Amino acid sequence: MNVPTMAEMAAQGKQPEVLFWVGCAGSFDDRAKKITKAFVKILNKANVEFAVLGTEESCSGDPAKRAGNEFLFQMQAMTNIEVLNAYEVKKIVTACPHCFNTLKNEYPQLGGNYEVVHHTELLKSLIDDGRLTIEGGQFKGKKITFHDPCYLGRANDVYEAPRALIQKLDVELVEMKRCKTNGLCCGAGGAQMFKEPEKGTKDINVERTEEAIDVKPDIIATGCPFCNTMMTDGVKAKNKETDVEVLDIAELIANAKDL
Amino acid sequence: MNYIDNIVFAILLIIGVGFFARNVKKLIRNIKLGKQLDRSDNSTARWKNMAMIALGQSKMVKRPIAGALHIIVYVGFIIINIEVIEIIIDGLFGTHRVLSFLGGFYSFLIASFEILALLVLVSVIVFWIRRMVLKIPRFWNKEMKGFPKNDALYILYFEMVLMSLFLIMNATDVPFQQADAGNPISQFLVPLFENFNAGTLFYIERTAWWLHIAGILVFLNYLYYSKHLHILLAFPNTYFANLNPKGKLNNLEAVTNEVKMMLDPNADPFAAAPEGSEEEIPEKFGASDVADLNWVQLMNAYTCTECGRCTSACPANITGKELSPRAIMMKTRDRLEEVGENINKNGEFKYDGKQLLNDFITPEEIWACTSCNACVEECPINIDPLSIIIDLRRYLVMEQSAASQELNMMMMNIENNGAPWQYNQMDRLNWKDE
Repeated sequence: MNVPTMAEMAAQGKQPEVLFWVGCAGSFDDRAKKITKAFVKILNKANVEFAVLGTEESCSGDPAKRAGNEFLFQMQAMTNIEVLNAYEVKKIVTACPHCFNTLKNEYPQLGGNYEVVHHTELLKSLIDDGRLTIEGGQFKGKKITFHDPCYLGRANDVYEAPRALIQKLDVELVEMKRCKTNGLCCGAGGAQMFKEPEKGTKDINVERTEEAIDVKPDIIATGCPFCNTMMTDGVKAKNKETDVEVLDIAELIANAKDL
Repeated sequence: MNYIDNIVFAILLIIGVGFFARNVKKLIRNIKLGKQLDRSDNSTARWKNMAMIALGQSKMVKRPIAGALHIIVYVGFIIINIEVIEIIIDGLFGTHRVLSFLGGFYSFLIASFEILALLVLVSVIVFWIRRMVLKIPRFWNKEMKGFPKNDALYILYFEMVLMSLFLIMNATDVPFQQADAGNPISQFLVPLFENFNAGTLFYIERTAWWLHIAGILVFLNYLYYSKHLHILLAFPNTYFANLNPKGKLNNLEAVTNEVKMMLDPNADPFAAAPEGSEEEIPEKFGASDVADLNWVQLMNAYTCTECGRCTSACPANITGKELSPRAIMMKTRDRLEEVGENINKNGEFKYDGKQLLNDFITPEEIWACTSCNACVEECPINIDPLSIIIDLRRYLVMEQSAASQELNMMMMNIENNGAPWQYNQMDRLNWKDE
């Protein structure tokens, strides 16, 4: 696995095609790290010249902002922007819809102007440009349902790229009752990931997982490390680990290609 | 000639419209209590939104049954009100069906009003059945007890009565029925009245006519006190709605200035404040009361018609949490009304020991939000409950340091090591070699 950093690239006087913003979950969370690696393998395979910030990356500030701490958010944003602008970054890809949304929508006003894409969008453009080919492979004929991450779907109107990728795998894409603009949140957004839920009658991730299980999928696909955690926990709560797998789209593609 | 009728009519009209105008003035004053926000940009997209969403009802039909019924009532409301023009002219000048000189076209108009009146009547009855017989859950959430529930029913009864009066008025208008044009619905009501003599019929027709116009004026004035203001405010509300991607929250400028100063190595922390600034009250972070919200958020509160689509799509509400986006809007309006009443009484706002946060909206509600934007997406007229929730959170966290211990841990970790969890920033790339 070849993972150059921006610092290394700069030392060689090179500018990568795209910066891969790994995000905190992708860097530290054991489950999400697998997604990060799967995505890097695909980038290597497609010969995409990318780089990461490595230890120079810091939290985008999304959970702080959604929790109401605008101060901390802007501190994070402005220090990140200093780093990104110092490397003259033009294009950023990330596998985390929360980082995606924040970098894309909330950084420009603070001086950070970049083309920001979600990893599913980048993967789709690689396929469209013929730089990456995928065949069904091990997933052929399987039933997959896609859980729309709120910060990818409703927040930024990206619904088609992840679905187009799933359909390339020769699988049956089944939609849940609440999908696309009506998709139900996994329960992690708005800084809920970092706190116990408020008092209620049910956990949101269980509600969502039940809906997914209703369409009898072999795989629940997501495009967000937090949705992934929530849905995986939901599947465990329903004792369905043996029947249903929760995978990121990058993992589906990496697995299909036996990377 | 007897002019008493005309004078009574004119007085009724002046009182009705006058009271309404007074309330509209109050409404505008209350909305202006909110903070300024410039939404004058991109007028093309704004007009388009208004045309599609308010005029074209494009978001209503996402729920097809309610959407179709609503369109009938909405079209009926607008078209049948053309008839009001004739009623006003007749009332003021003592004429009878003054527009009938239009001949065939008049018959066509009245015929379409009659058909629409029947359709509206049927739709409103179905609405009532959906509320009271089928008990669709979103009409029965806990914020829908007491006045909000009755308010919805009063409006349905009002419309039922107004439509019936219109049809009865036509059915008992003997010359109109004799002409037998433009009466596709009312002709079937005629047999109900066949045993009445001409005099009685005349009085029934007059009574229906008077009650119809009086009813319309009462309804007009009821608007301000009811949830029904959306029939007017849906238009400005969709025009001034947020055009940014839904995920984009605003960046507080007051905070940007402070952060910039903190990051500026040349800033002098001991510098004296600029001349005259000692008197200035520094801007509050976030919102704890209605005056801290912006005017669009306050207009949102008046526009909400409590349909509950937001709440029925809210993941927190679905799973039994205290939060209901509709209740956020209703409570904001209740507080705004209270502040408005306070101003009416005292000439200016007199401190009443209450605020929107805690006294109306509890922290438990706002901490249940996942910021998923389902409520914003659902609202048929682009109300944004999420923006209010975030502003309240900002006040809690930045003014009161009232985040939960878990959230404080998360934020402390971000401050200390650049991640919401307690990992060493220098370990960020370890995954590469694992």
